[in-house]
Amino acid sequence: MPQFWMEDFAPQMVWLVISFIALYLLMARVALPRVADVLETRHGRIADDLDQAAQLKAQAESVIGEYEAALAEARSQAQATIAQAGVEAAAAAERRNAEVAGVLAAEAAAAAGRIADAKTEALAELRGVAAELAQAAAERLIDAQVSQADVDAAVDDAMRNNRIGGS
Amino acid sequence: MHQFVIGRLNDWQLAGFDISFSKAAAFMFAAVVVATLFLVLTTARRAMVPGRWQSVAELWYEFIADMIKETIGSEGRKYFPFVFSLFSFIVICNLLGMLPYSYTVTSHIAVTITLALSVFVLTTFIGITRHGTHFLSFFVPKGVPLVMLFLVVPIEVLSYFMRPISHSVRLFANMTAGHTMLKVFGGFVVQMGVFGVLPFALIVALTGLEVAIAVLQAYVFTILTCLYLNDAIHLEH
Repeated sequence: MPQFWMEDFAPQMVWLVISFIALYLLMARVALPRVADVLETRHGRIADDLDQAAQLKAQAESVIGEYEAALAEARSQAQATIAQAGVEAAAAAERRNAEVAGVLAAEAAAAAGRIADAKTEALAELRGVAAELAQAAAERLIDAQVSQADVDAAVDDAMRNNRIGGS
Repeated sequence: MHQFVIGRLNDWQLAGFDISFSKAAAFMFAAVVVATLFLVLTTARRAMVPGRWQSVAELWYEFIADMIKETIGSEGRKYFPFVFSLFSFIVICNLLGMLPYSYTVTSHIAVTITLALSVFVLTTFIGITRHGTHFLSFFVPKGVPLVMLFLVVPIEVLSYFMRPISHSVRLFANMTAGHTMLKVFGGFVVQMGVFGVLPFALIVALTGLEVAIAVLQAYVFTILTCLYLNDAIHLEH
């Protein structure tokens, strides 16, 4: 086998050392820095993009937070306004109810007064009419002249017995 | 076995050394040129989104970078150019050898032993400069009874010095055996006439296998180098 021809060892080793050192220098000084540069640039770019995205996200979140705070404030204000309006409306209703009730009570009292007046008036007239009727009836039936005082007493007595009148 | 002849192109002598340029030397330089041109040309555009060829260069770079990170850790970074050069040199020499009428640099024990000895000398040097005499503790495994040490330490020392042999013979033998096998089956194709299609079909399959072996053996050589470097740096078994 040519692999074991000892006289071929030296030239192979010499050129191997030379070519490998050349390869090492070319890789270390030229090729690898280029590839590393490309990879680093890309990683840097990706990291930058991620940073920017994170920043934008934070911004968006703060805007959302502000918006939500504003919304909550507006809502609480609206609720306060509604509550106040409710209280005011209730107070106004109460006042109006009280006024109406007062007017109604006054009118009812006046009406009651008028009814009482009318009743006394009616009773007074009733006594007069009853007395005249009793006088006329007595004159016609038994042809007797009854005195005004007797008639009045009899009418009073009858009315008391029948529970008519306020006395 | 003609394919393994180094093919001297001249008869140069320097200070008593035979430095004849040969087909073997030409293929070594071809590997240097291919590796350099490939990496320089594919990264010429420095594209943010890499094309196919640039992706290959980046994968190649990251493959070795990850290998070093996994086997050695961050301390292995300064050996990255060396390990990368070693892998590139071997894998390109192996693959160039797969071309018809070409020559396989790594099928010679002279080449593989030189590479393996370089790794051996480098790792031993790193071990001694980093750890001083403490480096010798590498040959004394922890937790072994004292009596057993009389047996274990010589074995450890022997296995350490056998490293460059196994390291180099593995690559040399794989390359030589593969190419010899292809040659033998190639001879069958000619001898068997019409029935030569059978060995021919086998050769097609074996060529695929050999390409895989070419890459695999380069990987094995490189990862062993990484493991030896890790041993020298961390003194761990």
